[in-house]
Amino acid sequence: MKGVGLIQFKQHPAALWIGVALMAVALLTLPFALAAIGTTWVRIMNLAILFTLLSLGLNIVVGYAGLLDLGYIAFYGVGAYTYALLASPQFDIHLPFWVILPIGAFVACIFGVLLGAPTLKLRGDYLAIVTLGFGEIVRIFFNNLSQPINITNGPQGISLIDPFRIGGFSFNQSETLLGLNFSGPVKYYYLLLAVLLAVVVINVRLQDSRIGRAWQAIREDEVAAGAMGINTTHVKLLAFAMGASFGGIAGGMFSAIQGFISPESFVLVESIMVLSMVVLGGMGNIWGVILGALLLSFVPEILRHTVEPLQRLLFGKLLIEPEVIRMLLFGLALMLMMLFRPAGLWPSKVRKRELAE
Amino acid sequence: MTTLLEARSISKCFGGLEALTDVSLAIKRGEIYGLIGPNGAGKTTFFNVLTGFYRADSGELVFDGARLDVNAPYQVAAAGIARTFQNIRLFGNMSALENVMVGRHLRTHAGVIGAVLHTARALDEERAIHERAHHLLEYVGLAAHQHDLAHNLPYGDQRRLEIARALATEPKLLALDEPAAGMNATETATLRHLLERIRADGTTILLIEHDVKLVMGLCDRVAVLDYGKKIAEGKPAEVQRDTAVIEAYLGGALA
Repeated sequence: MKGVGLIQFKQHPAALWIGVALMAVALLTLPFALAAIGTTWVRIMNLAILFTLLSLGLNIVVGYAGLLDLGYIAFYGVGAYTYALLASPQFDIHLPFWVILPIGAFVACIFGVLLGAPTLKLRGDYLAIVTLGFGEIVRIFFNNLSQPINITNGPQGISLIDPFRIGGFSFNQSETLLGLNFSGPVKYYYLLLAVLLAVVVINVRLQDSRIGRAWQAIREDEVAAGAMGINTTHVKLLAFAMGASFGGIAGGMFSAIQGFISPESFVLVESIMVLSMVVLGGMGNIWGVILGALLLSFVPEILRHTVEPLQRLLFGKLLIEPEVIRMLLFGLALMLMMLFRPAGLWPSKVRKRELAE
Repeated sequence: MTTLLEARSISKCFGGLEALTDVSLAIKRGEIYGLIGPNGAGKTTFFNVLTGFYRADSGELVFDGARLDVNAPYQVAAAGIARTFQNIRLFGNMSALENVMVGRHLRTHAGVIGAVLHTARALDEERAIHERAHHLLEYVGLAAHQHDLAHNLPYGDQRRLEIARALATEPKLLALDEPAAGMNATETATLRHLLERIRADGTTILLIEHDVKLVMGLCDRVAVLDYGKKIAEGKPAEVQRDTAVIEAYLGGALA
C-alpha cells in the first residue's frame, strides 16, 4: 500500500505518469502490431498472458508462501473443464461466462483446499511429491471420466465450447470499429489484459498486506511464525486456495479461447513449465514472474519460426528439429540461470521499501 | 499479587529420559520470574511445554485463570504468552520493522478482501500496525535500524528485535529463553534495563537464563531445576544460600 510506486510517484509525478501512459499505449496497440505480422502472434500473445496469469497464481503459493507445488496445472484443468462442461454441447448447458468463471474459480479453490488440508503438514520435498501426484490424478480423472457416465468425454476432450459472449457481442467474431479490424484474438487480448491487470493489482496488494507478511514470515521461519501467533496451517491453506482460484479463472478463459480442451493440455510438463516461469523470472517478485512467463512463452515460438528457415538458409536442409533445439536451449537457459542468477532474472528486491512516515 | 501462570505437576519424558518430573511453579502478575539450573536441567523443556512446542505427559498449566489447552504454538501466543528463542529465530530477510509488524498479526484482522479492495478499515489497520511496530522499535532502541534486514543486525540488536516482535503480540507473559546468551557486558546491561522497563510497564516476565548474575540482580523470584526436578524456589538471595542449589551447581564440593 505504501509501496515503492507511490513514493516514486510523490517524488516524480510527471515521469511516472508519462511512463504509465507510454506503457498503456504500447499495450493497447500491441495486438495490431502483432496482427500485422500474423494473427498467430496474437494468439501466441494470448496464450502467453494466460500463462502469466497461471504464473502469478503459482507465485502466491511458491513465491509468497514458499510451498513447492508441482501439480499446479490441475487447478487450471479444473477451471477449464468446469467451463467446458457448463458451456458446451457436452451436457447442452450454455451458461454465460461471467457466471461460469466465478464457479470455475470456486471449484478450483475447493480442489485447492482438498489438496491442501491433508498435505500442508508436509514440508519441502514431501509436499512437492504429493502435489505432483495430485496433478497426475486429476489429469487421469479427466482422461477416464467417460465411463460409466460420460462426463469429460475422455481423451477425445470436449469441443465446440462456447466463446465469451455478452448479449450479441461475441468474442470470437471479427468486428470493424473506427476502421480498425478487431478480430477474435484481438478482442480476447483486451479481455485478458484487463484480467491480468486485476490479478497484478491483487498480487501487489496482497504482498503488502497483513496476509502477505504472514506468508513471508512462514517462508522465512515457520516455527517462529507459529510462535508469533500466526495460524500457519490456515494461512498456508489460504495461499493454496488463492493460487488455485487464479488457476481456475485462467483455465476457464483457456477453454473459451481455444474452444476445445482435452486432458493433454494438463500434463505434468505444463506444471513444470509454469513453475519454471516463476523460478526463472524471480520467485516472489510480480514483475520478475511476468517477465519469466512472457519469455518462456515467446522464445520457443520465436525459435519455432526462425530455426527452420535459418537452417535451410545455412545448410540447405533441416538438420535439427526446432522442437529439439527448443528443449536444448530451455535446459541450457535453466542451467545458466542456476549458475549465475539463482534467485531469478528479476528477483524480489531485498526490500528497502520506503514506508511512508 | 495474583497468580498469572500456574504449572501443576508437569512431567515430560523423552524415551527413557525424564526431562521434567512433577514440576510445579506459580508466576505472579507483574514479577520477573527466573528459571535457572545447570545445563540439561530441563529449563528449555519446560519452556517448550509452556509455549506449546511440546505436550506434557502429565500435569496442567493454568494461565490467566483458564486451563491452557493447546494443539499448536499459535494458540499459546493467542492466549497471551509470547516467547523468544534461545538461538534467535527472526525473519532474516525481512526488515526490523516488518518483523515487528508480523508480531501484530495476532491482534489484527484484515483478510484477503480488505487487502485487495483497500477498504478504509484495512488501510486504517495497516497504518496502526505500522505505527505500533515503529513505536515498539523505539521502545527497544532500534528505531534507527527499522529498515535494516534482521539478519544484518548485530547480535544484541537481534535479541532486542526478537523481544520487540514478541511484545507486538501484546503478551501478558513474556517468556525469554536465555536472552543474554552470547552478549557482552554492555549488551547485557542494556538488556537488563529493557527488561526492567517492560516489567514496569505491566508485562510479567519469565526468564530462563544461564547468566546467574543477571538472574540474581533482576528477578523477584527464582526457581532452580536440576535433573528435571525443582530443587529450590524463592527470592534470589535465599536461593543462593540453598545447599541443594550449591550442590547442583558446584557438584557438592562446598556443601
